[in-house]
Amino acid sequence: MRRRVAVTGLGVVSAIGSAIDTFTESVRCGRSGIAPLQLPVELDLRSRLGAQVAEFRWGTDRDGDVYDRFALMAGAAAEQAIEAAGGITADAAVVTGSCLGGNHFEDASFHQFYAERRSRFHPLTVPRIMENAPASLISMRWGLRGPAYTVSSACASSSHAIGQAYWLVRDGVAEAAVTGGSDATFSPGILKAWEAMRVVSPTGCRPFSADRDGMILGEGAAMLVLEPLDAARARGAAILGEIVGFGMSADASHITQPSGDGAARAMRAALADAGLGPSAIGYVNAHGTGTPANDGVECKAIQQVLGDRVPVSSTKALHGHTLGAAGAIEAVATLVAMRQGFLPATAGVTSVDPDCAGDIIIGEARRAQVECALSNSFAFGGLNAVLVLRRPE
Amino acid sequence: MPDDLTARVIEVIAKTSHKPIEGIQPDSTFEAIGLDSLDGMQILFALEEEFNVSIPDEAARKIRAIPDAVEGIRGLLAARAAEA
Repeated sequence: MRRRVAVTGLGVVSAIGSAIDTFTESVRCGRSGIAPLQLPVELDLRSRLGAQVAEFRWGTDRDGDVYDRFALMAGAAAEQAIEAAGGITADAAVVTGSCLGGNHFEDASFHQFYAERRSRFHPLTVPRIMENAPASLISMRWGLRGPAYTVSSACASSSHAIGQAYWLVRDGVAEAAVTGGSDATFSPGILKAWEAMRVVSPTGCRPFSADRDGMILGEGAAMLVLEPLDAARARGAAILGEIVGFGMSADASHITQPSGDGAARAMRAALADAGLGPSAIGYVNAHGTGTPANDGVECKAIQQVLGDRVPVSSTKALHGHTLGAAGAIEAVATLVAMRQGFLPATAGVTSVDPDCAGDIIIGEARRAQVECALSNSFAFGGLNAVLVLRRPE
Repeated sequence: MPDDLTARVIEVIAKTSHKPIEGIQPDSTFEAIGLDSLDGMQILFALEEEFNVSIPDEAARKIRAIPDAVEGIRGLLAARAAEA
C-alpha cells in the first residue's frame, strides 16, 4: 500500500525567523541572519561570523534543566508545526535528526571536569547530551507513542530523518509523523573543531561564487507534520505541500571531500522513488555550503542528472549551515517558497564561478510556479540524502 | 523557627525545583511539595554542591522529606568535621 503524503504543519527556529511567516519573508527578501558572533566566552577564532538565533527561549524552567538548547529548539519548532496542523494523532511517528546533540551542556560539563577539576556531574547530563532528546521531548510533550528515533548523519541528518518518516507514512507503518531536525552549533569546542578543518569562511557565505571561501555555521530547528494526503483532505487540513520521493547514496570516497558521483546517484534514487523524470523538477535547493569543495562538484552532479536549465540556489547564505537541522530547514524553505510561488535567490554571490554551471539564481527571488523541487543534503563522510517536494495542488 | 541548616536546605530545594519557598515547611515531605523523581535527583546534586558533601546512593534513596535531607546533611558535615 502506498499513500500520498501531505505536509500539514511546519515550524522553524532560525537566525532569519522563528515563525514560518517571518522565515518565509526572510527567504523571499534574501535577508541573511549571518552576523558577528555573540559568545559568552573569549575565543580565539579565525572566523567570527555565524547565524545565531538571538534571544531564543522556549519551555519551562524544568525543561531548561532537562534539555539542552538543540532539544528546546526542536520542541519550539514541533510546537509550531503541530499547532499549524491542528493537533496530531497519538500513534504518530517521531523521527528527528541531529549531528551534535546536547553539545552546550557537554562542553560545559567536560570543562568543569577537566579544567576546574569538579568531579560531580549534573545528574541529568546524559539526557541533556543524547542526540535523541528531541524525539523523546516531542513524544512526551504530545503523548506520541508510535515509532520514534533519531538519525545522525552529519549535514544530512534531518533529510534522512524526513525521508524515513515519509516512508513510514507512505507505507502505512505510521498514520502521521512529526519529523525534522535541530542543532545548536555555537559551543566553544564545536567552533574550534570546525575551524580546524579549514572549511569555515572568515568573510561570509557565498555559495557558487567565484570568490567563495568557505561555509558559515548556523543553528536552529525545523519540523514538519506529515500525514496521508487523503486523511488530511478528509479532515479539512490545510495542505502545505507534499513529499513525493526520497533518495540516498554513499560516496564511498573521502571523509570530508564530496564526490559528484554519490550526489548524482542520490538525486537519481530520489527521482526513481518519486516515479518522476528529470524534466519534472523545476528547482533545486542545493546543499550549496559555499565551500570551494562542494559547490562546483554539486553543480556538475545536478547537470548530469537534471541538465543545465533547472534553476538552482542555496539558502545557506541566509540561515547558515545548520548541520543536523539543515535538511529540515531547507525543506521548509523550499516548501514555503513553492507554495508562495517564488524561488529563493542565493545571497552574497559576487559573480557565479564558471565551475558552477547551470541556472544559479542570484539577486532577487524569482517569481515562478514550480510543481516539484529537489532538496539536497550531502554530508561529511559521503552520506547523501535528497528529498523530492511538491507544491500543494 | 528553623535553624540555619534547615533554612539553607529549604532554599536550595526551592531554587532547584523552581518552587516558591513559602510552600516548603521544615517538616514538608517531598510529595507534599509536589516534587517528582527528576526534582529529587537534581536536589541531591544541588545539596552536594552547596555543602560540598557526597551523599551515598543508599542514603539518597531514603531522603523523602525535608527533615531527612537536613539530618542527612548534618550527619555528613559532622563526619567531615570529625575527620579534620
